[in-house]
Amino acid sequence: MEIQYAYTKKRSEFGRQCLFVDEGPKLLENVTPNKEELNKYIFKNPVSRSTQCSSVLAEHELNTIRAQYDQHGMNHTEGGWPREVNPADEEQTLRFKKKIEKDEMYIHTVLQLTHAMEHCILQNNAINIYEEYFEGVESATIMERCSARTLNVYRDPNKVNQPVTHLSWSPDGGTRLAVSHCNLEFQRSPRHLSTFSYIWEVDTALPAENPNKPQLTLKPAVPIVCLEYNPKDPNCLVSGMFSGQVAFWDVRKSSTPAGMSALEPSHRDPVYSVLWINSKSGTEFFSSSTDGQIKWWDTRKLNEPNETLILDVVKGEEQVLSRALGASCLEYEGTIPTRFMVGTENGCVISCNRKGKTAAEKIVSKYTAHVGPVYALQRNPSFLKNFLTIGDWMARIWSEDCKESSIMWTCNHQAQLTDGAWSPTRSSVFFTTRMDGTLDAWDILQEQREAVISVKVCDYQLRSLRVHDQGQLVAVGNNLGTSYLVEFNESLATTQRNDKALLTAMLERESRRERILEARNREIRLRQRTKMAESLHRDISGKETINTPSIILDSAVKNAEKDFFTIIELELAAIQAAAEAHEVEEEYEIKAEALISDKTKKKETIFMVDELKGENSEDEFEGEDMDKDTEGTNES
Amino acid sequence: MASEVEETMKRIQSHKGVLGTIVVNSEGIPIKTTMDNTTTVQYAGLISQLSDKARSVVRDLDPTNDLTFLRIRSRKHEIMVAPDKEFILIVIQNPTE
Repeated sequence: MEIQYAYTKKRSEFGRQCLFVDEGPKLLENVTPNKEELNKYIFKNPVSRSTQCSSVLAEHELNTIRAQYDQHGMNHTEGGWPREVNPADEEQTLRFKKKIEKDEMYIHTVLQLTHAMEHCILQNNAINIYEEYFEGVESATIMERCSARTLNVYRDPNKVNQPVTHLSWSPDGGTRLAVSHCNLEFQRSPRHLSTFSYIWEVDTALPAENPNKPQLTLKPAVPIVCLEYNPKDPNCLVSGMFSGQVAFWDVRKSSTPAGMSALEPSHRDPVYSVLWINSKSGTEFFSSSTDGQIKWWDTRKLNEPNETLILDVVKGEEQVLSRALGASCLEYEGTIPTRFMVGTENGCVISCNRKGKTAAEKIVSKYTAHVGPVYALQRNPSFLKNFLTIGDWMARIWSEDCKESSIMWTCNHQAQLTDGAWSPTRSSVFFTTRMDGTLDAWDILQEQREAVISVKVCDYQLRSLRVHDQGQLVAVGNNLGTSYLVEFNESLATTQRNDKALLTAMLERESRRERILEARNREIRLRQRTKMAESLHRDISGKETINTPSIILDSAVKNAEKDFFTIIELELAAIQAAAEAHEVEEEYEIKAEALISDKTKKKETIFMVDELKGENSEDEFEGEDMDKDTEGTNES
Repeated sequence: MASEVEETMKRIQSHKGVLGTIVVNSEGIPIKTTMDNTTTVQYAGLISQLSDKARSVVRDLDPTNDLTFLRIRSRKHEIMVAPDKEFILIVIQNPTE
């Protein structure tokens, strides 16, 4: 663009016009210097003269083009009258009007027009056609039946199918799904088996397209056990390998890892969980493995970890690797950057603080969660103090304040639960997968005893699950290496208005109940301890031995056992009767499982009874609960 | 015949909610009206202009088309205009709310 400036000056402002003449110069006056005059002057020394060095400024005035305003008025007068009629003269106008009224054309037209007009008038009188229906009424929550359908199936392109171990959605609205395949059974997979994992393209607008080829194949040297997309960068992934190493990938570059950690400082067991951390550089992550170590890494420096923590919960001077608990899953919430949680193989959940100075400070609290390894652990995205754990046969919801027990739990299922996650959009919904190939969606606001909807996705074990960012799609992977994309109906993905309030109330109520029970337990234990101390005293001092605690224990146990076995027998009889229609094998399976779950219940009962010594009413309460649960298990 | 017109006008005026009726000719002169003069003149002038504009819109979009009826609903009432080549019938009604 050319910047031009046009400078105009009026000719009249230039000054006098130059008049050129043809003659040569004419000397007008010549003044010669007079040297005597110099004596009248003296040199001035010093001379003070001031100068100023500043920018040369000039003053200009500028005025924009002013808008010209004019005041106008308009005078409406009646017009249209023909020239002969004077509008002011009423008689003339009347006469004119009367004349027109007599005109046939007028009569005909008016009759026609009134016809249409009447229709509209009557219509208006009949109904208000522009009425706003239901204004001011908020849309009521429609309790629609929950539905789910499998949208798409992604099969392992390999000839030999390897189980899906982990799934991860890409952070850019979930257009891609990364699936890792690995055979985790010890020394089961022969050497030459493929180590590939895949990234599939999922178009969430049309997820039903059926791709048979993955978008990208990741080709590491060792199989990948878990992999995660960087939540800030949809091109970077980090993975934990079967060999204990961790690798960093950039999908733009190639199908081989962009960086792999050295073997020596890595884990000694397969890395089961790896998660990105909220760091300034966005390149830090941490990994955990069943060898009991948690290591923090930086993708730029994979040759050694930044930090290592050994999960030794025994509060001693040093952390000893041999005493450490194997970690089966990790949990990290970006908004609480210094804390994280670990689920261990023996069923404990340990809450840790990264900023602790000594190892003992790092391990903040411990929760005994499950009978077997904790397979999944996740905080509720809207209620950070509550978290969900999945392990053995049930899912439990915990509150950080209640350390002794979970605040809510599902009943024991027939099959073991393998993975679970909260829905990112609706805070009361979570999903779980089971070993018998069922995917459950739970909504604790609607139904606490059972899942809102159970979908039998396939006949094989479902290994892992990942919810899409928008909450409606869930990707699950099974033992055969096939991943399924399941879509649930909208109501499970969108929050209703009072969801948050109701859920807060529910969680508060449950945690309060647990706290009360905890306090009660503590009281009883304290009482029992003082009684034992007393009885010991008396033993030492006299012959009188207090048998009451043990008597109570015995009778309480006996009662519980009696109740328990009668119920079991009844149930078994019922099962036998009902199972006549089924095949014999199934019958035995159900019985065996019921007995197994009953046995664990029995252990729990005894454990409970130990704690609640001397309070029959509470025993009965617990017994009843157990009964209800066993009934539930046997029915389902 | 003229009495028929009278009757029809009276009938329209007697409908529920009708505030006024005006018949205007093509030049904007109110021929028959049930309202006071100033209001009538205002309506006559403004509505005929609007009706002409509306007709031209309809015909511009599709020359084979023509304006049959014009309804202007405002917060207070509804103005219904039935146009014709020579005359315009205007009715102001308060629709059932």
